[in-house]
Amino acid sequence: MKVNSAHELEEATGRVPRVEGRPTFRMDGNDVPFDEGQSILAAALAAGYYVPFLCYHPEFEPHGSCKVCTVRVNGRTHASCTQPAREGDVVESNTNDLKELRQGLVQFLFTEGNHFCPSCEASGSCTLQAVAYDVGMTNAHYAPLFPERPVDASHPEVLLDFNRCILCELCVRASALVDKKNVFALSGRGIHKHLIVNAESGKLGDTNLSLEDKAMNVCPVGVILRKRRGFSVPIGERRYDQHPIRELAATNPRGRTGEPAE
Amino acid sequence: MQRNSNGEHGLEDAAATTTGETAPFDVHEMVLRHQRDPSRLLAILHEVMAALGYVPPAIISELGTLLGLPRAHVEGVVGFYAFFSSEPRGCFRVLFSDNVTDEMAGSAELRARMLEAFRIELGEVSRDDLVSIDTTSCTGLCDQGPALLVNGRAIPRLTPARIGAITSLIRGDVPVERWPGNLFTIHSHIERRDLLLSTALEPGSAIDAAIARGPAATIDEISDSGLRGRGGAGFATGTKWAACRAAPGDERYVVCNADEGEPGTFKDRELLAHFADTVLEGMTVAGFAVGATRGFLYLRAEYPFLVEPLKTKLDERRQAGLLGAGIRGCFDFDVELVVGAGAYVCGEESALLESLEGKRGIPRNRPPYPVTHGFRQQPTLVNNVETLMAAAFVARFGAGFLRRVGSATSTGTKILSVSGDVVRPGIYEYPFGFSVRQVLEDAGAKDAVAVQVGGPSGVLLSASEFDRRVAFEDVPCAGALMVFDDSRDLLGVVENFARFFAHESCGFCTPCRVGTTLNAQMMQRIVRGHGSRRDLKDLDKVSHLMQSASHCGLGTTAGRPILDALAKFRPAFERRLRSLDVLPTFDLDEALAPAREVTARDDAGAHFLNEET
Repeated sequence: MKVNSAHELEEATGRVPRVEGRPTFRMDGNDVPFDEGQSILAAALAAGYYVPFLCYHPEFEPHGSCKVCTVRVNGRTHASCTQPAREGDVVESNTNDLKELRQGLVQFLFTEGNHFCPSCEASGSCTLQAVAYDVGMTNAHYAPLFPERPVDASHPEVLLDFNRCILCELCVRASALVDKKNVFALSGRGIHKHLIVNAESGKLGDTNLSLEDKAMNVCPVGVILRKRRGFSVPIGERRYDQHPIRELAATNPRGRTGEPAE
Repeated sequence: MQRNSNGEHGLEDAAATTTGETAPFDVHEMVLRHQRDPSRLLAILHEVMAALGYVPPAIISELGTLLGLPRAHVEGVVGFYAFFSSEPRGCFRVLFSDNVTDEMAGSAELRARMLEAFRIELGEVSRDDLVSIDTTSCTGLCDQGPALLVNGRAIPRLTPARIGAITSLIRGDVPVERWPGNLFTIHSHIERRDLLLSTALEPGSAIDAAIARGPAATIDEISDSGLRGRGGAGFATGTKWAACRAAPGDERYVVCNADEGEPGTFKDRELLAHFADTVLEGMTVAGFAVGATRGFLYLRAEYPFLVEPLKTKLDERRQAGLLGAGIRGCFDFDVELVVGAGAYVCGEESALLESLEGKRGIPRNRPPYPVTHGFRQQPTLVNNVETLMAAAFVARFGAGFLRRVGSATSTGTKILSVSGDVVRPGIYEYPFGFSVRQVLEDAGAKDAVAVQVGGPSGVLLSASEFDRRVAFEDVPCAGALMVFDDSRDLLGVVENFARFFAHESCGFCTPCRVGTTLNAQMMQRIVRGHGSRRDLKDLDKVSHLMQSASHCGLGTTAGRPILDALAKFRPAFERRLRSLDVLPTFDLDEALAPAREVTARDDAGAHFLNEET
């Protein structure tokens, strides 16, 4: 049965199913319950259905920039993290074309930055790497852009390696909203968009970032790194080395697989 | 001392701060003049640029402190807009418009001539800090190109003689304000007038008619007229007005979107130059109908020549009691002119609102829509210049005015900007439903093989489609028609468009940020003869990905010219492919150039020659 709207579904089935009294939408043939105002992604993750994502974080207002969580809702594509769930929505996520779309987006990110997994401190606990495995990416496909992004080692405790930045803005949001410090921001536009820090020198060492900040613990890749902690957990024993991200997400209804690498 | 800091070569607006050659630039005084209002950040940065030629890091810090903003926020805004720079530029900042119509009119040769005269590369500042030369996206002078901007002022109709004159003036260090006025004269080419351009509207008459009818009935009249947004999307104007009026809020706003950035489009330039009264009348009627007391006219920075005339017009209307407090003793409404800073994406209504608030022009997530959560999260009506103009006529003459012409789903007329390979480029107004062929005949196009309708984000039509009709039900069009004859390289045209989108992508979402750049690179490879069949597949794949996954209209439409060209002009692509399967990402001979330079060799043995050459 192929239906395109709540109305058609109601007509076809005579009802919109409810789970434990909560309204539902239908995703890949499953009824997913949701709360009023919840996004499709949040509801799906809470119900144990994984949709790959990078810039989403349950503690922050979603902004939908990475687009990796794109699904089709009643025939139209939307980022599921910003799309409010509505009763009777027909959502497709696990289709071949959407898997291909997500793989394409992850390939874009690998093409855009300088991602050398074998030598990266975040390997094994990196969300980008884990999602790349999940979407079945075997290479970046496009000619790499090799941007020049010097690292910033000016801070006594923290190293910034911009080469791996995927511009998810989680550090920007954490520093502004939780730490109230506005240490990070974005400048430039288009392919020249880049992460900056709040200092006239442009150096992290001249900001008031500290190790206790929320912004230290939200980077999904390997940009914001504690100094003198490198490789304290051997590669091979890290989070995603042991379990694929899909499996971890399904057992963690908060939709986040824990704090970054130890 | 930096020579740019003597403040001599400012924009008109800088007069207040740069009366004397040595007058220091007082940031504090300027920020106070803007009431320390963070939403005035663009206006403030324009003043800094005019006075200093760039925004130095120390001033970015000072602005942050004075405006109560994180320093990095100010830096991010400077870094977003093409007309701001945090690096020193030349005393004379020359920007050549690089729209395809400028290129077709010989822009590249003129640019090369000027670069050679100053012995600098594109994007470089001369060693004496005198001049920098770069390109900028379409400046909206396609009917009189090639064009350039110098320190923000537009010079059209470039010729070798004009370039020579400009070069001499720069060499002589003559401030732009003292350059001969005729360099800056913008011509008007209104070639065909229909309903809107031929009907007179007495200032105040539409406002009176709206007051007599009442706000709700005025909106009904707009709905009954069938008026749809002229900016491209074609949303029903009456529905938008009604939604804004109905939305709960403390204050409402009306915004006139005059950020006419679509390459090839210049009709709003003419409408604001000659029909500003009618546009402002439309804004005022909208303000009355939705219950707004403040309006903004967001003008693209490429039209500096409209700033003073529009300010004068606003004053005249205030003096005539048609703007300000107690209009006709009945309502308050005033309009503020806000100037953008070089960002095509700000034509998208929610990005425009971000820009109005003094931020980076990133399109917002929707819902909520601007009609309920717009400027400062209050209900805001954003309409195109032409839409507001048509609304004024409907308010004055009733719904029947538009219904007289056009079709049932596309009432009224469309005002077009026609440029490219035509004898008479300019403004043409037609009732909806006209064929592309008719425009080509009227404008004097010979041997046209393709027409880009609606700008790069629109549709590329081949000769077999010239009988198609422009209307919302067939070929929708925001207003631009660029005509290409059989002497043109269509791949070059598409490559120009791809470069445009890469330059203008805001960079917020992955598909558009990376996709536009990949497309531009692949198109460049193909045009240069290094493309492979794999590039054709990838162009298709990337364009579709952008279409499905992008955050806003810029990304969803950016692949269109490529997909259209692949579908309609595929042989043109295939002729250029060097190899069918491998991926040559660079030219081996070109890559040897640095080696030749250091070894001072240029003999045959220092070149890598292809079998083909």
